[in-house]
Amino acid sequence: MIFEKLSLYFQYPFVRYAFIVGILISLCSSLLGVTLVLKRFSYIGDGLSHAAFGAIAIASVLKLTNNMLLVLPITVLCAIILLRAGENTKIKGDAAIAMISVGALALGYLMMNIFSTSTNLAGDVCSTLFGSTSILTLTKTDVILCLILSIVVLIVFVLFYHKIFAVTFDESFANATGIKANFYNLIIAIITALIIVLAMNLVGSLLISALVIFPAISAMRIFKSFKSVIICSAAFSVICATFGLLISILCGTPVGSTIVACDIIVFGVCVITSKIKARN
Amino acid sequence: MAQLSCNNLSLGYDGKVILKGLNFTVNKGDYLCIVGENGSGKSTLMRTILNLQSPISGNVTMGDGLTPRKIGYLPQQTAIQKDFPASVSEIVLSGCLNSMGLRPFYNKKEKNRAKENMKKMGVEHLAKKCYRELSGGQQQRVLLARALCATGSMLVLDEPVASLDPKVTISMYTLIKNLNKEGITIIMISHDVNAAVKYADHILHIGEKFFFGSPKEYLESEVGKMFYAFQTGASK
Repeated sequence: MIFEKLSLYFQYPFVRYAFIVGILISLCSSLLGVTLVLKRFSYIGDGLSHAAFGAIAIASVLKLTNNMLLVLPITVLCAIILLRAGENTKIKGDAAIAMISVGALALGYLMMNIFSTSTNLAGDVCSTLFGSTSILTLTKTDVILCLILSIVVLIVFVLFYHKIFAVTFDESFANATGIKANFYNLIIAIITALIIVLAMNLVGSLLISALVIFPAISAMRIFKSFKSVIICSAAFSVICATFGLLISILCGTPVGSTIVACDIIVFGVCVITSKIKARN
Repeated sequence: MAQLSCNNLSLGYDGKVILKGLNFTVNKGDYLCIVGENGSGKSTLMRTILNLQSPISGNVTMGDGLTPRKIGYLPQQTAIQKDFPASVSEIVLSGCLNSMGLRPFYNKKEKNRAKENMKKMGVEHLAKKCYRELSGGQQQRVLLARALCATGSMLVLDEPVASLDPKVTISMYTLIKNLNKEGITIIMISHDVNAAVKYADHILHIGEKFFFGSPKEYLESEVGKMFYAFQTGASK
């Protein structure tokens, strides 16, 4: 019965697109999530997605046909400012993220409110923030763009894997032995921004942090080497995205929230498993 | 030719000078301890030697085939490392990165090098273990093994025994002394003047007064006498 229903749905291209994009984005975000959580930048997903929201507002006010051209550079710029600022600034990391996040959200909403011609403003804002339907309205171009960016992210991550590990674990040792930590922080910042702009299509601004954080902390509960944590985090994320999408199609629930709910359940299972392991 | 020499070095940050007119040389196989009060510029000096910051004036020159990238460094532990999921072998291997250039993956030679250094530091049996679950002494041995992967000639150690208990401290000092006997130059920042005088063959005291010489001369010098009495008095 369920399978019949599913095979019916999979005949529609937009359902197939949603699955491709969903799985790619959850894979990319979970890879980077481990590094971000360990670098104490868990909240960067939230901050950057709000920056992207602000950029989208500007783009819609300017009536740009392709708003990615504006959103991507602005988000990348914010990511560089946040991640590179590090320790040597007057405003510390968490405060800087909070400032950009809240500031962009407020200004974005203000602009949309003043200049918007749409009759359903609240609906527009809601769908940008929660990504309620956008994953089901993806076009073929969106899917190809997502595919290319995901492949770039994966290649960069694999090629620089050992250096990213070294820079995350011990920045001063990495610097002393000639690994340019700032350069790798820059790369991490740029890929983070790319993933977040991509992920906004899937779960919306508000829930991106969940995609970045949950698989990583779930994996860190159970595994003890960096490599196994990365692999497991990617696996958790892809599994949760798949189940979340299936459930949301079958039950008609919002896509983003359903995926995050799956992530939360996996996290709960991991916490219990690690507790039981510790007792034995 | 000296392995490392500091010539008329002035150090500081944000344009503020905290040390000036620093001159000393380190030869191959030396064991140098840098001592001084908190805030006297020990860490700044170390960062300059490692080429992490540039001096305000003067220069650091290196000879004997030494380059800043070929110095093994044992930094102080950071808060991030306390809950970091990484196995011992992953950490030790990361010491080999400085000789890899753009090549993305480790080769056989580097894996063997890591294994050798783990054996040397007595942490080979912990290779698969998680770093955050080790004792303080074991963690320091792991980081030393990583530093050895990065160098064959010089180690710079930043307070390697901070937060270790007395028994582990002694075995750590012995381990470092043994590396020195194998011909590795040691530069160590230390709070512990007692140990500095006991293990090192050169003492550099920085601060308001400057001293560079052997431990024996240090104990006879005015600044050495004062600092030694102050420290041993304070620790009693």
